[in-house]
Amino acid sequence: MARLTAENLQRARQLVALYPHPRSALIPILHIVQEQDGWLTPDGMAHVGELLDIEPAEVYGTASFYDMFFTHPVGRHLVSVCTNLACLLNGGGELLEHAEARLGVAAGGTTADGEFTLEEVECIAFCGAAPCLAVNWRFFGNVSNDDFDQLVDDLAAGRLADEVPPHGTLCRVRRRVGLTAGVPAGPPPADDAKPAQGSAQ
Amino acid sequence: MADPVNITVDGKVLEAKPGEMVIAAAERGGIYIPRFCWHPRMRPVGMCRMCLVEVKGPRGFALMPACYVPVADGQEIVTDSPKVKKAQDGVLEFLLINHPLDCPVCDRGGECPLQDQTFAFGPGESRFVEEKRHWAKPIPINPLVALDRERCIQCSRCTRFADEVAGDAMIDFVGRADQTEVNTFPQRPFTSNFSGNIVQICPVGALTATPYRFRARPWDLDVVESTCTACAVGCRMALQSSSNRLVRHLGVDSEPVNHGWLCDKGRFGYEMVDNPGRLRQPLVRKGGALVESTWNEALDAAAQGLARVRDSAGPGAIAVLGGARLPNEDAYAWAKFAKGVLGTDNVDCQLGDGLPAEVVLGLPRATIDEACGADAVVLLAPDIKDELPVLYLRLREAAVDGNLKLIEISPQGTGLSRHAEVRLQYRPGEAATVIRALAAEQVPADGAGGVSAGDIGAAAEVLGAAGSVVVVLGRPSLAEPADTVADAAGVLAAAMPNATFLPALRRGNVHGALDMGLAPGLLPGRTSLDDGRAWFAEAWGQVPGARGLDAAGILQGAAGNGIQALVLVGADPASDFPDRTLARAAMSGGAFTVVVDLFGGDGAFPDADVIFPVAGYGERPGTTTNLEGRVSRLGQKVTAPGTARPDWMVPAELAFRLGGDLGFSSLDDIAVEIERLAPAHAGLTPQLLSRPGYRDGIVVPIEDLQPTATDRPKEHIEVTANKAHLGQVIPENDPEADAPLAPLAGDPPPAPAAPDRARPPLLRFRPAPPTRPAPPVDAYSLRLVASRPLYDAGALVQRSPSLAGLADGPCLRVNPADLGRLGVASGGRVRVTSSRTSLVLDVAADARVLRGSAVLAFNTIGEGAAELIDLSQPVTDIRIETVGPSGREREA
Amino acid sequence: MITDAKPIVTARIGVPESWTLRAYLEHGGYDGLRKALTMDRADVTQEVLTANLLGRGGAGFEAGKKWGMLRKAEPVYLVINGDESEPCTFKDHMLLEEDPHEIVEGTLICAYAVGASQAFIFVRGEFALGLERLTAAVNEAYAFGAIGRNILGSDFSVDLVVHPGAGAYICGEETALLESLEGKRGYPRDKPPWFPAVKGLYGAPTVVNNVETMSNLPWIVQNGGAAFAALGIGRSTGTRIFSVSGHVKRPANYEIEMAKTTFRDLLYDPKLGGGIRNDNELKAFVPGGVSAPWFGPDQLDMALDQDAVGKAGSMLGSGSVVAMDDTTCMVRAAWRITRFFHRESCGQCTPCREGGGWLDKVLRRIELGQGRESDLDLLLDVCDNIAPGLSWPPQKTTICVLGPSIPSSIVSGIKMFRDEFLVHIKDGRCPFG
Ligand SMILES: Cc1cc2nc3c(=O)[nH]c(=O)nc-3n(C[C@H](O)[C@H](O)[C@H](O)COP(=O)(O)O)c2cc1C
Ligand code: SF4
Ligand code: FES
Repeated sequence: MARLTAENLQRARQLVALYPHPRSALIPILHIVQEQDGWLTPDGMAHVGELLDIEPAEVYGTASFYDMFFTHPVGRHLVSVCTNLACLLNGGGELLEHAEARLGVAAGGTTADGEFTLEEVECIAFCGAAPCLAVNWRFFGNVSNDDFDQLVDDLAAGRLADEVPPHGTLCRVRRRVGLTAGVPAGPPPADDAKPAQGSAQ
Repeated sequence: MADPVNITVDGKVLEAKPGEMVIAAAERGGIYIPRFCWHPRMRPVGMCRMCLVEVKGPRGFALMPACYVPVADGQEIVTDSPKVKKAQDGVLEFLLINHPLDCPVCDRGGECPLQDQTFAFGPGESRFVEEKRHWAKPIPINPLVALDRERCIQCSRCTRFADEVAGDAMIDFVGRADQTEVNTFPQRPFTSNFSGNIVQICPVGALTATPYRFRARPWDLDVVESTCTACAVGCRMALQSSSNRLVRHLGVDSEPVNHGWLCDKGRFGYEMVDNPGRLRQPLVRKGGALVESTWNEALDAAAQGLARVRDSAGPGAIAVLGGARLPNEDAYAWAKFAKGVLGTDNVDCQLGDGLPAEVVLGLPRATIDEACGADAVVLLAPDIKDELPVLYLRLREAAVDGNLKLIEISPQGTGLSRHAEVRLQYRPGEAATVIRALAAEQVPADGAGGVSAGDIGAAAEVLGAAGSVVVVLGRPSLAEPADTVADAAGVLAAAMPNATFLPALRRGNVHGALDMGLAPGLLPGRTSLDDGRAWFAEAWGQVPGARGLDAAGILQGAAGNGIQALVLVGADPASDFPDRTLARAAMSGGAFTVVVDLFGGDGAFPDADVIFPVAGYGERPGTTTNLEGRVSRLGQKVTAPGTARPDWMVPAELAFRLGGDLGFSSLDDIAVEIERLAPAHAGLTPQLLSRPGYRDGIVVPIEDLQPTATDRPKEHIEVTANKAHLGQVIPENDPEADAPLAPLAGDPPPAPAAPDRARPPLLRFRPAPPTRPAPPVDAYSLRLVASRPLYDAGALVQRSPSLAGLADGPCLRVNPADLGRLGVASGGRVRVTSSRTSLVLDVAADARVLRGSAVLAFNTIGEGAAELIDLSQPVTDIRIETVGPSGREREA
Repeated sequence: MITDAKPIVTARIGVPESWTLRAYLEHGGYDGLRKALTMDRADVTQEVLTANLLGRGGAGFEAGKKWGMLRKAEPVYLVINGDESEPCTFKDHMLLEEDPHEIVEGTLICAYAVGASQAFIFVRGEFALGLERLTAAVNEAYAFGAIGRNILGSDFSVDLVVHPGAGAYICGEETALLESLEGKRGYPRDKPPWFPAVKGLYGAPTVVNNVETMSNLPWIVQNGGAAFAALGIGRSTGTRIFSVSGHVKRPANYEIEMAKTTFRDLLYDPKLGGGIRNDNELKAFVPGGVSAPWFGPDQLDMALDQDAVGKAGSMLGSGSVVAMDDTTCMVRAAWRITRFFHRESCGQCTPCREGGGWLDKVLRRIELGQGRESDLDLLLDVCDNIAPGLSWPPQKTTICVLGPSIPSSIVSGIKMFRDEFLVHIKDGRCPFG
């Protein structure tokens, strides 16, 4: 499996530049690896190790601490059903059972077509809408069994492609600037200098 | 050092060192707080929570981990309250609920801190009725170490060692919570040179050493403390035997040397001693074949051969090579035999892979502690992570945790490169050019030797600001002759008159052998042939008239007709000498050859005339000298196989047969004579060395005599980290075995004997003339760098079954840009041609290799750098061309 | 009583596209920062001290006081905790999605006050939309001149980096968060001896504050600390967001004045929780995140006052209140919470790592009908070995308080509903089916 593509390598290097110490960029870069391949491939992790000058074992050890990282392949849609207290009180357990039946896999499993991985998760901070779940970390609240079936149909049919990107894609907004505070900019601003788009309104 | 503080533990007032943790201070005061994760040589983490005690704070007593609370003046600590007991019992119970309790089949059973704690404090009956955690077990994490994750208590000692001490973070915790396991990256084993240490410091049986698994039970083990001779660092270790066989080596914490660590070669090299292929009887050539014979017959044959050459061609036609693997006493015996009885100065304990004796002995010497405490260390040396592994650990620690700045001057990247403040990666052959630029008033604008002016300037700046500088001096590449290093050393010494030197020669007791005079132009005790002539002539009867040949000269002589008798003392030029073409020619040159070795019955010395089997490591006592000049004792724990004898008896017997008399009949006799005659060894009596306070050895010449081991906390000699299973690890035959470690009251350490006016002066370094500069490299050639891996084709590795497989075949490493330029694909096979010969080797791209050069390991399995090197040239240039896919690819 | 105090941090929520710079500026955005930059750094801190702003992350420590404890050394880092993972807390999630600029502005004010050389906002990795909105806000703020070099024309410069987490509750604990931000496993650090203010990120003095804590700063600078302190009672000043969930009719975040409102108001007032679903009886409630010991209906009239709740043996913690009605199986509730801590233990400390798993297994057995008579004593004693004395705030045998929080629900459950536990054991099944 794959090392980082040239474009992603470039993104990774930009991330490294944001931190006082390169290793701080490890987790953000692992999100890029997971965005690229859907999971953390051994080659991807080894490449990140090279980039940050740390052992692959450290990359793997660190990644494995975190629930969002998968070191084995998962489905294109990661369905995360919460069963923690607020959801438990509002039928989260039953929702999970329904999801297992509907997808035909137990929590932790992936459907044969590789479309869905179902997991039971801890509180996803959406308790006002319990029972709730997330698909690739896009949140859905007050989910009834029927809602769930509809959701699965929509996802499978690609009707939610805009709202729910493939598994691994976390933040679609990219940072546009590097660090600027320490970069001396031309002449010091005049006293009455107005910030770029200051009081436009 | 700041003033000590007082703390109160269980009502007892104890003196503590500022900055240390309560657990350490309490232990010194005799109060033992149980622990698992804490280790005195690593940073505390306070993870296992076993050491909880009550510490008084602003809001009264609270439970705190004694390993993570620094001492403070007036601090009050309680370690024996019911609250502490409940907390500690609780932790122990938690550790046991998922533990398999398979002590009867566990290597650690009988020396396991967890087991001990459980017996001492633990609850009888388990309240845990649930299913235990399961893992597949055990899994190999490398060929030497097996991991049983069910036994693991997640103390992180192993992962911290790997990361913090060794810098080889190839194992880490994986997973979280109670599913946390120690593991490697998938398919990437823990390829550390130091992996055995994690077995030693594991407080349970989770990590076991494959060579030791199920070999013995702790209560059946005999033990003696000794000094490792696998390389010249001289780590203190405990030898353990069972039924007269060595079964385990453990690191002993020596403050000035190894801090308890060993490299895997030293730790598992006992397998060589235990090898069933050891020579048991002398061999004598009869009718063209080597056949077993008696000692008498063999000694007669050897003596006759030597006498014949001496009488026909003179003593100058005899040479003695080797001796760097022998204890000091035996090296002395050979020196006295060669120089005093035979009368030849053609003696060399180094095999063209070292440095001239004048450089090693003549420059002011540093200790390891001094190097670690210096402001700057200049590394003009090979990769010490492979060649002097535990010195690497010490320097790495000082560079990472302390204030030491490293300046690496090497044609290749090394294990310390990432910790270097400045790296001067020079074009092979041009070390002296770079050093001249470094020492110059003004750094040449366009740099020197392939190194930029900026980098040289940066190094000069570090050195200029450093109050103390130590130079670690060795051969950065065996493809560069020793005189360039000698030349560079002279420039450094002149530029930095206060700098001291730590020689980076690797062979076990090479420093002891040099000290004993096993080099041309040298006599025992670091004096020159000329300076010591009168003194030793009087004591020995005669010394050679003029300086003799070094190894290269001897081999050239043997290849021709100049040398007609060759004595090889634990040395095999065919595998050790950098220029293999010359070595082979010498060995088959027809000289009468006497071999003294552990092996030889299996065709290792096809050209020998007589082979004597000798005792190996752990089979005999003696002393050894490390790279600091530290003399320490060797322990004996097992007996040698067959009729093998200690080495010194061979020259003693030969001397008799040649009409001489070495004048000693025991090892102690030799030690006494060395003390009496050798200038550098004045005051070093066997009695002094056998005192427990000097277990860590004594640096010669004796200047400032400080007992060291007296301060060795119990923890440090205990190999199992918690209980005093090995509290009795002290040299055998110790007259004061039962005496306390500290010098007895009213019995101050004996002062060194007053310097003897009559003794000859010690050797002084005199700068050699500048060496011939390397010719410019042409665009089609690559300049060779010969590195030396820890696991090589040498006897220690190849005769230790567990280590043998770790040696790699040769692979030429080249900068990817050069491969591209030359149109060669990485991973393929190439024909490599030097002025000597042509070989077909695997090639790999490696960005750390300097452009225009190529790195190839020396003394690997199969043909390697030694075939290509022509030592008569200042550099070895090679050309490469593709011939096919690599061995690996062909298999795939 | 619900007071008529105006919301401070949630004022803009509900405004169309409240997360954009345009909407933010229309509602007074960045005026607080602009004002702060004209003030002395020390004066900014003084206003926060006067406001007595208590940290909103769970421990409730005075923010201004924390800033004053920084070791005098360069550099200083500011790290904002947006890892919100305490079960049933969902306020920071909302702030990150709905009003990210307010967080950015508060962070910059804090960075100015403490002289930070760089600021990081650590956002829980699962908050994909929050990350997108916050990243967009930071991009906008850089372009606007509010972050980076010479902020808003002043001579103050600081960079701000949005850092995504990757899913581990423990990274909400401030020292685990710092380890994670250093690219490591999220292991809390032992403290004492060193707190983040002394040795934090990369060993440098570091301030760690919660997202909501930051969101209060623009208002405090604009209106003065005294105006903030005028709200609430005693040490519990200003307003605070409470996340109300469970068996209430109107689960949601409510920002209300501190200390003046009671739990009863919060759960039953028609403008707030709106009462228990189906008008069932309330059986018990969690007063401040699942780490907190439970309260029963008899404590409903207690004010939402940090000190009062503390005195009663629990905490306001992360400000999440979960109502459990009389249909709830308390064994299952305690088991679910325990399972959470078991899975989320970082695994360093033996008592937390092993104790969590053990308690999880025993509770599971009881809930599934295989309990033993001795199990309740066993549960309590195992809890006691993690948190000696079983008091609140807990004593600990561990590095951080995750471990000693495990007993909360178990001890509460057994204390308040011992009979229910016993019925499970005696009948060999859960009475709630
Ligand atoms: C186990 C544990 C989890 C925590 N989780 C969070 C969290 O998710 N968010 C948060 O802001 N603080 C959390 N905290 C509290 C932080 O350690 C820290 O006190 C807080 O971020 C400081 O900010 P504040 O003073 O503004 O509240 C947690 C503490 C512990 C012990
Ligand atoms: S108490 Fe638990 S979560 Fe906290 S540091 Fe210890 S093991 Fe980790
Ligand atoms: S916590 Fe102190 S020895 Fe492990």
